[in-house]
Amino acid sequence: MNHPANIPATTCRDTPVLKERGQREVFCGLTGIIWLHRKMQDAFFLVVGSRTCAHLLQSAAGVMIFAEPRFGTAILEETDLAGMADANDELDREVARLLSRRPDIKQLFLVGSCPSEVIKLDLARAAERLTQIHAPHVRVLNYSGSGIETTFTQGEDACLASMVPVLPATEARELLLVGALPDVVEDQAVGLLSKMGIGPIRVLPAPRSADAPGVGPNTVFACLQPFLGDTAAALERRGARMIQAPFPFGEEGTTLWLKAIADEFGVDDATFEAVTAAPRARARTAIANASAHLRGKTIFFMPDSQLEIPLARFLTRECGMEAVEIGQPFIHKGLVGPDLDLIPAGPTISEGQDVDKQLDRVRAARPDLTVCGLGLANPLEAEGLTTKWAIELVFTPVHFYDQAGDLAGLFSRPLRRRDLLKLEAAE
Amino acid sequence: MKLTVWTYEGPPHVGAMRVATAMKGLHYVLHAPQGDTYADLLFTMIERRNHRPPVTYTTFEGRDLGEDTAGIFKQTCQDAYDRFKPQAIIVGASCTAELIQDDPGGLAETMDIPVPVVALELPSYQRKENFGSDETFYQLVKALAGPVEKTPEITANLIGPLALGFRHRDDIEEVKGLLYEMGIGINVVAPFDATPEDLTRLGAAHVNILMYPEHAETAARHMERALGIPYTRTVPIGVGATHDFVAEVARLCGVEPKKDLSRLRQPWWSKSVDSTYLTGKRVFLFGDATHVKTAARIARDEMGFEVVGLGCYNREFARDIRALGKEFGLEPLITDDYLEVEKAIEEAAPEMILGTQMERHIGKRLGIPCAVISAPVHVQDFPARYSPQMGWEGANVIFDTWIHPLVMGLEEHLLAMFREDFEFHDEAGASHHGGHAPRSVAEASVAEVAPEERISGKVKDEVAPDATGSDVMVWLADAEKELKKIPFFVRGKARRNTEKFAAEKGVTEISVDTLYEAKAHYAR
Repeated sequence: MNHPANIPATTCRDTPVLKERGQREVFCGLTGIIWLHRKMQDAFFLVVGSRTCAHLLQSAAGVMIFAEPRFGTAILEETDLAGMADANDELDREVARLLSRRPDIKQLFLVGSCPSEVIKLDLARAAERLTQIHAPHVRVLNYSGSGIETTFTQGEDACLASMVPVLPATEARELLLVGALPDVVEDQAVGLLSKMGIGPIRVLPAPRSADAPGVGPNTVFACLQPFLGDTAAALERRGARMIQAPFPFGEEGTTLWLKAIADEFGVDDATFEAVTAAPRARARTAIANASAHLRGKTIFFMPDSQLEIPLARFLTRECGMEAVEIGQPFIHKGLVGPDLDLIPAGPTISEGQDVDKQLDRVRAARPDLTVCGLGLANPLEAEGLTTKWAIELVFTPVHFYDQAGDLAGLFSRPLRRRDLLKLEAAE
Repeated sequence: MKLTVWTYEGPPHVGAMRVATAMKGLHYVLHAPQGDTYADLLFTMIERRNHRPPVTYTTFEGRDLGEDTAGIFKQTCQDAYDRFKPQAIIVGASCTAELIQDDPGGLAETMDIPVPVVALELPSYQRKENFGSDETFYQLVKALAGPVEKTPEITANLIGPLALGFRHRDDIEEVKGLLYEMGIGINVVAPFDATPEDLTRLGAAHVNILMYPEHAETAARHMERALGIPYTRTVPIGVGATHDFVAEVARLCGVEPKKDLSRLRQPWWSKSVDSTYLTGKRVFLFGDATHVKTAARIARDEMGFEVVGLGCYNREFARDIRALGKEFGLEPLITDDYLEVEKAIEEAAPEMILGTQMERHIGKRLGIPCAVISAPVHVQDFPARYSPQMGWEGANVIFDTWIHPLVMGLEEHLLAMFREDFEFHDEAGASHHGGHAPRSVAEASVAEVAPEERISGKVKDEVAPDATGSDVMVWLADAEKELKKIPFFVRGKARRNTEKFAAEKGVTEISVDTLYEAKAHYAR
């Protein structure tokens, strides 16, 4: 019952990966700031970059309401590049100004960008220096969200990984959940695990720096998102051990994810069943309702959020879809291996991108649904192809049992809409 | 280094993209790192374009840097030509590629591309988006438009409209109509929907209509110099400006200034009695220089507003805006710092803002109505319906657009009469904007706003619109209570005027009497 019952004979883990290099239609890692700054309520993200970086953040966010959000860009100017002004002095001055105006800030992330990396501005040293200047009130960390080093969700990975070395040490036997999820989802996860008697449960990132979790040899951790490879490696370097499982999307994914943790903590089957039975049944009902429009439909994943493989597993196994191609910006089998194990061989698995060639494959396959970035969605719709924009998958609560129906709904809505609209002349 | 939260303009290569995306048969090969492709969504999402921008990015990564990024550029350029077969190519670098100094223009020159290749030098660390569009269009015109025989009939080029422009699509139609009425034909519209081949015919026109100086002034000057084509200085936004525009075009072309005013309703709408409530409304103007200049004239001469502040974000046109400030007796605000604009608006406490999408957010925070007059744009600035700013219909559209955010005519009096009525309480706002009424302070939590709410804009910050009290002055309880009886949309002004009056009189305790003495003092 609680075992991955029907692992197919040949799975996508064995499928040779189509590796492509060419134009990549993906965001850079700076984009993660959009959701990270909302999760970490006393943190400020200072991108050291160009006008392009600022423009990206503004455009990717799509909206702006805060007079001063908890992120900003220190825009490099001609004088910084020409060496007329010492970029480090400039940075120190901007940080001092920012921190004096925003006393609520306890953690400051200096976020590296393409230009800061090309001019080799050493933000690690800057972070050390600024930590000394502003201690103990503010801790300054740094990570790279640059497009030359990271794609889209990798920015969150880089951010969390930068926090690991400064987490307090602990010998306690604790469960650490890793990944920035909306509170409602995080609470559900903690609730289910607590009911099984598992605890203490800590979360990275914590909403406030004072609540930062400890880490040590008795820490076990589970990733909530499939793009946290560097963070996992950093935690392992601190002695923590990862619990591997498929990711908690859909009823099956959530059950397998919870089960792996339950097994680690010696939860008996009866308890596991008692805690999960009701939400599992709810999830199944919700998925059945939402997936009516998905059954038998084909789906093509352009590489974007790194959620593609776990979502393909959910959509093929629980919603009856057929995957044509599953593309990810990069594939970390140490993380998505368990998901790949559950997808029967068949779809093309691709890594990286040459967007024009991939679009040729989309046009040839004419899938019922294409998951892609915002730059491609309307152009594909105009070609008569139905699309789902990938960015919604990282902004919307989609993990665990009670969001499983919503997750299926995100994919079925474009198809339902296509069926609903009657816009052509009747005759 | 300058800390920036929100920007009015993107980097210059986005300006170049706006030109390329507006055109057909042109392709832009952009040397840029992975991630810069975000700019595509501006066009596909905000403007709802049904095609990808004609831009191929090299999207180099870290591992490429030590190797051959120049080779990647050449390969990308060749692949883009082979796949898209454009009539012309523009090549350039984004901010990061500028630093690695691969010289896309030089590289492209060494290749055997059988169509014109125009190299763009857009200094990313000095200039911004509008420079990028203006420079790109100029370089294209310079490279492609030579002297050609004039058209036998009198024709005009419409220059400046491009992708992501504020109502450019509809302005083109309106200007075409104005010219048609004078018997002037259209030679080329560019960059909007023009091909590189069309640009070679620019010289056949008798006059250039410079619709948007921000995007085409350099090209207009170049064509005047190199091709002897005069260009218009008047931008026909507003009734008066449209009359002037027709006169200017007639003069330049030697034709009769014929006009068909049958569709122009704005003057009567403005004269009719319902509009008396518009008299002296205090407005703050901010946007690109061209739209602010035209809006200032409309606000004062055609709506009867009082302009209490104005400014622009594009420094290239600072001189024009300073002159305009002088004409209006105001110190103009020339800045691209959003926080400075917000501060200036808060201080001026206008009754309405005429600004960009950025000011719309400021207005939401401060509880001040705002109508959008200029780029930067938002998906709502691309309406499905015909909605020009220029010409006679543009004047009609502007009248409607500007009064829409306001509490209207009779309704304003009703609000005063029934101000204690539950339906007219402060938070109710104007009856025709159910969804946009400012919410009470307690309801709106700034830290936790769902994305849907953020998009629909139901958010108000903790700063109350009328919280502009001074430290030294004390409002007596009765006066404070009386102030509350004044409708919320004029309360800020009443409080400010009263405090100013009290300060002048040396009064430190404000009573009900002070309030009404001030009211009498400022009555108009």
